[in-house]
This record gives sequence, C-alpha cells and structure tokens, in this order.
Amino acid sequence: MPRPGGEERMVPRAEFQSYYGRPILKRPRWKAPHMPGYLYLGGLSGAAATMAALADATGRERLSLTGRLTAATAAVAGSALLIAELGRPERFLHMLRVFKPTSPMSVGSWVLAAHGGLTGAAAASAVTGIAPPLGRAAGVGAALTGPVLATYTGVLIADTAVPAWHEGYRHLPLLFAGSALASAGAAAMAFAPPEEAGPARRMAVLGAGLELAAAGTLEHGTGMREHPELISEPYRTGRAGTLLRAARWLTAAGAAGTLVAGRSRTTAVLSGLALTGGALCTRFGVFHAGLVSAEDPRYTVVPQRARRSTGA
Amino acid sequence: MNHRLHGPLTDVAEDAGYADPPERAGFFTDTSVCIGCKACEVACKEWNAIPDDGFALTGMSYDNTGALGASTWRHVAFVEQSKPREVDDGAGSSRWLMASDVCKHCTHAACLDVCPTGALFRTEFATVVVQQDICNGCAYCVSACPYGVIDRREGDGRAWKCTMCYDRLGDGMEPACAKACPTDSIQYGPLDELRERAKERLGDLHDQGVTEARLYGEDENDGVGGDGAFFLLLDEPEVYGLPPDPVVTTRDLTAMWKWAGGAAAALVGCAAVSFLGRR
Ligand code: SF4
Ligand code: SF4
Repeated sequence: MPRPGGEERMVPRAEFQSYYGRPILKRPRWKAPHMPGYLYLGGLSGAAATMAALADATGRERLSLTGRLTAATAAVAGSALLIAELGRPERFLHMLRVFKPTSPMSVGSWVLAAHGGLTGAAAASAVTGIAPPLGRAAGVGAALTGPVLATYTGVLIADTAVPAWHEGYRHLPLLFAGSALASAGAAAMAFAPPEEAGPARRMAVLGAGLELAAAGTLEHGTGMREHPELISEPYRTGRAGTLLRAARWLTAAGAAGTLVAGRSRTTAVLSGLALTGGALCTRFGVFHAGLVSAEDPRYTVVPQRARRSTGA
Repeated sequence: MNHRLHGPLTDVAEDAGYADPPERAGFFTDTSVCIGCKACEVACKEWNAIPDDGFALTGMSYDNTGALGASTWRHVAFVEQSKPREVDDGAGSSRWLMASDVCKHCTHAACLDVCPTGALFRTEFATVVVQQDICNGCAYCVSACPYGVIDRREGDGRAWKCTMCYDRLGDGMEPACAKACPTDSIQYGPLDELRERAKERLGDLHDQGVTEARLYGEDENDGVGGDGAFFLLLDEPEVYGLPPDPVVTTRDLTAMWKWAGGAAAALVGCAAVSFLGRR
C-alpha cells in the first residue's frame, strides 16, 4: 500500500510501496550532541596537531603551543564523548581488543588512541618544558595521525546503510577536512598572538573555502551515482537543511572576517567564533540528514527499486 | 586479508577461517503457507529468553510487534490487500499476506564487517552471531545492516539479533522457530538443499498460476552475496518491509578510503600552503 508522507518536498514524489510507511532501516542509535560533537572535536584535534608541527618547524613557538594544547584537549574531549555514546561505556577498551581493517570504527579507535597519546605527550612537554626533542617528535607523529583522524570520520558514517551518509562517501571526508582546517585555524587565531597567527588565518580561510565547496556538492548530490536529487534531499530540507544553511552563512562570514582581521584580536576572535559555529552546524546538519534518510523508507525503496527494474 | 567484501562466495565459513566446517545452515521461509499464528515469535522468545518489547497495539492488522529488533528476532508481518488478483479463485478481491521475517545471516554481513570489537562473528555454520560478553554497544552494526535487523537493547546497552539458535545447532537440533512452525513455512536445513527445494516450490506455484510468487535473497549475485535466510514472497519485497535491492555497505569501502586519503592529503596541503608566507 502506497503511503505518501506528510510534509512538502523538493523532489516530485515517486510512487513507492512500503509496510505501513514504516522505516526499513533502523534509526541510528548514535545521538546528539555526542556523535556530531565528536566529529567536530576529532577534526579540530587533527588539524590543530598538523598546524602545531608546522609552526614548530617554522619557529613559531606560541602558535605551536596553542596548536598542541588545542589538539590534546580536543582529543580528550572527543574520546570522552565517544565513550559516553557506548551502550556499555565500561567496556570501551574492547575497541582495542582487535584491529579490523573492515571496520572504520576499529581503524579510527586505533588512530584516536595513537593520536591522543602523541598530542598529550607533545602538549605536556610544551607546558612543562620537559624533554623538548621528545615533545617535538611526538608533535611530528601527531601531524601524521591528525589528518587521518580529521577525515576518517567521513568513512565512519558513510560505511553504513544510511542512504544520505553512504552516498555521501565522496563528499564527507573533504567536507570534514575543510571544516577541520577552519576549526583549528579559528581556535589558533583566537588564542595565539596575532603576529604569529598569520598561518592560522590563512588555514582558516582555505578550510572555509573547502568546507563551502564540499557542502555545496553534497547538498546537490553532485557525483552521487543513483538518484542524486532524492538521496541528497535530506541535506536541503528540514532541520538538517536549516543547520547546513546556517553553517554556510557562519562559515562565509567567519572567512570574510578573517580576511580583514589583520592583527585585530577582536575581529579574529569574532571570526573564530563564527567559523566554529559553522563547523558545528555542519556536523549537526550532516548527522540529522542521516537520521531523516534512515527513517523514511522512500530513501531506501525508491533508488533500490529503480536499480532492480533497470537491472543495473 | 583476503576476505571478500562482496560478490558470490561458496565457502563462507572457510573464508572466515574454519578448517573443515559443516554445511552452511539456512532458513527458507515460504510465506505462501504462513498462517500468521506467530508460533515462531513465541518459540523464539521462549527458547532465547528474550524480554518483552512492549505491549502496544499498532493498528497494523494483526501485527503488534511492528518490526525486527533487539527483542524481536522473528517478526510476522500482516498485509491486508484489496486489489484485483491475477487469479480469481473465488476468494474475492482481497488477500492477506503473512510473512515471518528474520535476520538474513548475509553472505557478506555488513553488521559483522563494521563491528569494531569482534563481538559479531561468523560461526562454523556460516551464520552471524553477537558475543554478548564482548559487545560494548557502539551501535555501528545497527546503522550498517541494510535490512534494519539488528538493534541495541536500551537499558541493556548491547546489540541483539537472531543467532539461528546457535546453541541448538551445535547439538544437531533445528532452531526453535522452525521447530514450532505448524505449516513448515519456516524450513531449516543445509542452504544448498533449501535453495533447490525453493526453486521446485516456485515452479509448482507458477504452474498453479500463482505468477506473483518470487524468491527473495536466494541469489548469490545480489548485493549481499545471497542470504543465509531467504524467502518466497507473493508481492514486492518492500510491501513486506524488506529492501528491494540491499547492498552490503562495505562493497564501497575501498573507494571510501581513497576519498578519505585524498581529503587527508588536501588537509596537509592546505596547512602547508598556509605556512608559506612570512607572517
Ligand atoms: S541481515 Fe543485518 S543483522 Fe542479519 S547478518 Fe545481515 S547485516 Fe547482519
Ligand atoms: S554494538 Fe556490539 S555487536 Fe554491534 S558493532 Fe558495536 S560492538 Fe559490535
């Protein structure tokens, strides 16, 4: 029995059948703010670690310190969110029982564990002044784990049956990479002295550009194989649509502010706040789009039905 | 690491590392003889000591369980249809479809692929089972299953689903639901044999004029490499709440990591470029 849903949509409704309009997929058990919060913090930590190592190498001590502290703090906070997300938090160490290449969460847990240790060591050395060479080596290590941590989360949510996430596997890692750069740049230009924060400002602007470009293609389903209009619809409509539009404005405003900030601390802090708000809205928007696409059987049935009848 | 992530696979248990496994165990659920008695639901609950899943009335015909879930491992769907039938057997223009759904024990099981703890594993019977002493309730499997089967039991915090009565199989007994089914709608046995039997049954039904009969999940060339538990249906899968063409998400895993690798490189590139200036 065909069950037309309630609200208005942008894509013309294709007829489809379902079992009393019930979802076929399970609603993801991941929740807000944990999951989107972790996506943000993982990105922040990863990009901040990369920035810190580059600041080290180019003799920008204060920028390096800010980066190391940001990376370590965000890694700890992100891990806490992940653990709180578990049904059995006391068993979080079971994540490191095995290493499973087929599970992005297993790969991610190992990367997060390594990254957390490295950023912690780098930050501790910077703050206490103990063993600077070791601190620097740990920082270099974290610059390797960081970019993985900031982008694997795209694979994490794409490797599911959730249509909007799965079909977004080409866009999500780039979106998260851009957003991570913007987040880390934002934090550094707010906390590091302006005369050292030039690279952070440039990083923030580049990241914002990448974030905006990737979000644009995701929202329009550019490059998606099947039913791009329909599968990308949850990114344009409802709560997710609102969040992603807010993300676009905040990110654009933050980037514009950064460009004119120069050495004005106030402008830098305000732009940093806008970029951070944009990055958070991006993560929450992506999260909610996934929930919607899992809960409405249309997103499961229509593309699969089309595939079956074309025999593709 | 030479496990196949998609496509046909004849030696499922061997691929998982068993040296000399028994024949692959399976379910063939022939919904054309299901009478909707729910004996399977009850037997499953009893044998596996599954807690209740609420006592709500759904208003969906006789279906008050709604869907498979952490505490519902067999689910009988009831579909009341009043559309013109292709064969007029004097029963009028309405019909009642009943079907007992269950975990498909996929050849390429997304739930198992993504489980980070190793709690989900492939048994020697090529079925898919959660080890409850290992699961930490990360819920990855919940979002990965293309059939919406497995779920986390709130309050308990771990993921649960049909084990194909792993404890009974080990003792040479058939699963509780198959044992309880009074019409043999649920048939248990070696998967190859069941596939043969299903083809015969399909031929018989077609000969009798039931042209809408079709098999679901029996094809090893489908998106999950074929189901360990497959079905004979009398309408499109989505009418019963089943996905028409499910694909194991890990089929695209390599492509996903390539995009992520590119993104990570872009991140490093942008960061490095930012440090080129002197200020
Ligand atoms: S149907 Fe879902 S829960 Fe069952 S084996 Fe397949 S992926 Fe796993
Ligand atoms: S919830 Fe349990 S069974 Fe499911 S993926 Fe996580 S650890 Fe594995």
